[in-house]
Amino acid sequence: MLQYIVKRFLMMIITLLIIVTLTFILMHSVPGSPFNEERGTNATIQANLEAHYHLDEPLYVQYFIYLKSIVTFDFGPSIKQPTSSVNDLLSRGFPISLELGLVSITVAIISGILLGIIAALRHNGMIDYIAMTIAVLGISIPNFILATQLIQTFAVYFKILPAATWSSPMHMILPTLALATGPMAIIARLTRSSMLEVLTQDYIKMAKAKGLSPVKIVFKHALKNALMPVVTILGTLLAGILTGTFVLEQIFAIPGMGKYFVESINTRDYPVIMGTTVFYSAFLILMLFLVDVVYGLLDPRIKLHTKEGES
Amino acid sequence: MEKILNVKDLHVSFKTYGGEVQAVRGVDFHLEKGETLAIVGESGCGKSVTSNSIMRLIPSPPGKITKGSISYRGQDLTQATEKQMRKIRGLDISMIFQDPMTALNPTLTIGSQLIEGLLQHKPVSKKEAKLKALRMMDLVGIPNPEERMKQYPHQFSGGMRQRIVIAMALICDPDLLIADEPTTALDVTIQAQILELFERIQEKTGVSIILITHDLGVVAKIADRIAVMYAGKIIEVGTKREIFYNPQHPYTQGLLKSVPRLDLREDTLIPIEGTPPDLFAPPEGCPFTARCPFAMEVCDKIYPFHSKLTATHNVECWLQDERGKRVAASAIASK
Amino acid sequence: MSLLSEKQKNSSPSIPDEWFSPLNKQKQDAEKLTRPSLSYWKDAWQRLVKNKLAMTGLLFLVFLAIMAVFGPILSPHSVTDINLPNQNQLPSSTHWFGTDELGRDVFTRTWYGARISLFVALMAALIDFTIGIIYGGISGYKGGKTDNMMMRIVEILYGLPYLLVVIMLLVVMGPSLTTIIIALSVTGWVGMARIVRGQVLQLKNLEFVLASKSFGTKTIRIIRKNLLPNTMGPIIVQMTLTIPSAIFAEAFLSFLGLGIQAPFASWGVMANDALGTILSGHWWRLFFPAFFISATMFAFNVLGDGLQDALDPKLRE
Repeated sequence: MLQYIVKRFLMMIITLLIIVTLTFILMHSVPGSPFNEERGTNATIQANLEAHYHLDEPLYVQYFIYLKSIVTFDFGPSIKQPTSSVNDLLSRGFPISLELGLVSITVAIISGILLGIIAALRHNGMIDYIAMTIAVLGISIPNFILATQLIQTFAVYFKILPAATWSSPMHMILPTLALATGPMAIIARLTRSSMLEVLTQDYIKMAKAKGLSPVKIVFKHALKNALMPVVTILGTLLAGILTGTFVLEQIFAIPGMGKYFVESINTRDYPVIMGTTVFYSAFLILMLFLVDVVYGLLDPRIKLHTKEGES
Repeated sequence: MEKILNVKDLHVSFKTYGGEVQAVRGVDFHLEKGETLAIVGESGCGKSVTSNSIMRLIPSPPGKITKGSISYRGQDLTQATEKQMRKIRGLDISMIFQDPMTALNPTLTIGSQLIEGLLQHKPVSKKEAKLKALRMMDLVGIPNPEERMKQYPHQFSGGMRQRIVIAMALICDPDLLIADEPTTALDVTIQAQILELFERIQEKTGVSIILITHDLGVVAKIADRIAVMYAGKIIEVGTKREIFYNPQHPYTQGLLKSVPRLDLREDTLIPIEGTPPDLFAPPEGCPFTARCPFAMEVCDKIYPFHSKLTATHNVECWLQDERGKRVAASAIASK
Repeated sequence: MSLLSEKQKNSSPSIPDEWFSPLNKQKQDAEKLTRPSLSYWKDAWQRLVKNKLAMTGLLFLVFLAIMAVFGPILSPHSVTDINLPNQNQLPSSTHWFGTDELGRDVFTRTWYGARISLFVALMAALIDFTIGIIYGGISGYKGGKTDNMMMRIVEILYGLPYLLVVIMLLVVMGPSLTTIIIALSVTGWVGMARIVRGQVLQLKNLEFVLASKSFGTKTIRIIRKNLLPNTMGPIIVQMTLTIPSAIFAEAFLSFLGLGIQAPFASWGVMANDALGTILSGHWWRLFFPAFFISATMFAFNVLGDGLQDALDPKLRE
């Protein structure tokens, strides 16, 4: 187990390092970026940047200074909003984005798993067919398009839900629905197929042969095994949800990190782009790592490598 | 002797993509209390389907018992409701599967898998169930049961897992144990140990056993009677002595020749040529005709009648007919 | 014993004596009908045709392809001509899908958008496929240390947050048709490489097994006829499923302002431009691009699912 965690941890560090290096190289190679030789920003900002990034030093020195600042969670100043640093933006925006993301993934996990189990238990029945068609639709309709149609239907036409912002539970319904539908559909499909697979296993037959009730068989014997593959894709789903917040915050006018990020892309506010990318990548890679660890804890077989061998 | 199980004219089919497979086509047998009946045959002959039908564990759809009865202590199991079956499974009739590596749930501890059957069927506390589980583990020969209960299946070897599975099947003291290829997935030395375990358990508990296997070597060790199955039918049944020393059906004879025996040299092993017929469209006559060294015109046209050689020895083969015997004799002479 | 068989004889008097003669096996073998064995692809195709949802998807995609080629020609309106007095018209007999805020015909623009969106997606899938085949093929074929090394790299790349990298690349390279395709492929080939490697390993194994059994000249035939199709299956499915995710990514990038630049427009750009209309009531401007993005992704997804079922050799039993 420990060996497994250490291996995953090393992988995580390497991936992070690649992202950080990639961002650094890319940002220094854009013509007209403030990190470049021929920069065209005003004097105060230039001074800020010089101070933070030591732009007068050779490139490799800058790289190490940059690495150091990232390790200490200092992402430097913004160019377009001279009064705020990237850290300010993050501390303002990220909690809101995180809330949106967490609410959505929770909704997606719970409803996706339920839908998947029901479909698997009614395999090839009407309910299965309907649930799976809904799931393919959920995968096929991009969250930003779903968002626009939800606003048009519930906010503009029926006028029963607010169209924008994130100020009350009522306000949260539409963004959450838009963001959770895709991952929910993916989870439902995966749960269904892995449930069907698990239900053909010998240990399920054994449980039946013991005279256990179907409810016990599904919840005690099948579910945990069936959910293993779902755990493995949680990291990827979280990545999808997080990137989804970029556009949804824009559409729903939610003042999260995604909104600042999109603004920074449009105004080419390079330090913000850089900082947000690195921060979000670090967050996602950390999540992937945690998912791996959780998987290791859930599956007793993984402990095998370090504890005793086959007796 | 008391008949605890009586199977009459059992037919089981599976609807598949390519048509209906008639996996079991009119099987008759019975089981007496405390005896071991071995059902022997190649894979796909319907022996596992037969045993799963007794437990009513054939997946339905696509599987279905289309005809016949399975009477357990007077109750026809083919007519039992799912709820009634659930009371019987594990409590009265238990089952052991071929592969001990997959028969245990990898994410639950051995202990919880052992006691759940007991908790399901009998009004016992968790503590009592644990005590019983410890006794069962002791009975099947697992050292340090206390500690082993808390472990997961992957921490056990194949032989140990099969012992656990056996303990699990016997924990409610069932009348009947169906063992589907219980030793096939194990090493030879472990096979012998497990078979000895079966003998010891039967002595202690008086459980009746149906042993499903393709391995006559296994049968020789522990069976009282043997039923030979081919293409969904029982083609010969008799006591162990009758089947081993006086096999009548050419298929049984072929099977015996293909088993390694201590009293014969290794190189005299003769496999049976060919493959069993397609059960999508089973032949009208004897299904073994195409592979039978004594095949006659009649074999291809009509399924042989049932011949009762002794009270316990029955066979379904045209060679039992006086006219058939002559053909067989001349065929042997010409070879 | 003989007494019993006498009884037996008596019980079957209706059977003529001449039937009790050795069976002519040659004759019997000749009579035996062999079940017609379909080739792998024909078999898979038959299963696919039976899948109504997948066929609906396929038909929609054929329709889409035809319209992407001929749609703009059918329409008398140009894609780029600005006609301000004509702005934001409802769908009508002259403008089937209405007009946008610059008076451009949405019908014409939708099919032009189809060209661009499909082109981006197909190119991205094709490049993924090519790189994936080469990388995965080498990795699987070489095996050993090379394989280990190459797969370690893939594993690390797999952990990168895909869309963030694409965004970064586009910020740097500037959004255009080419850069979008490049950015999508830079990160997209990894999944394909993994699958190809797995299939190559499987193929290698089978080839080895067959060769060692000395099937002789038959070996190549067996590989070509049975094994290659089986290994191609997952690759085809992966490709079918890459396309909708590329369509999604392209539309997503358009929403971030990193889409194809005006005056041409992909569906994503059209939808993004129409965002403001949610409140103004010009619903058609958003509806048509949104519908076609979703419907195309749906069609590819159900086709991919259908192919997966149809090509899965496990189901052939």
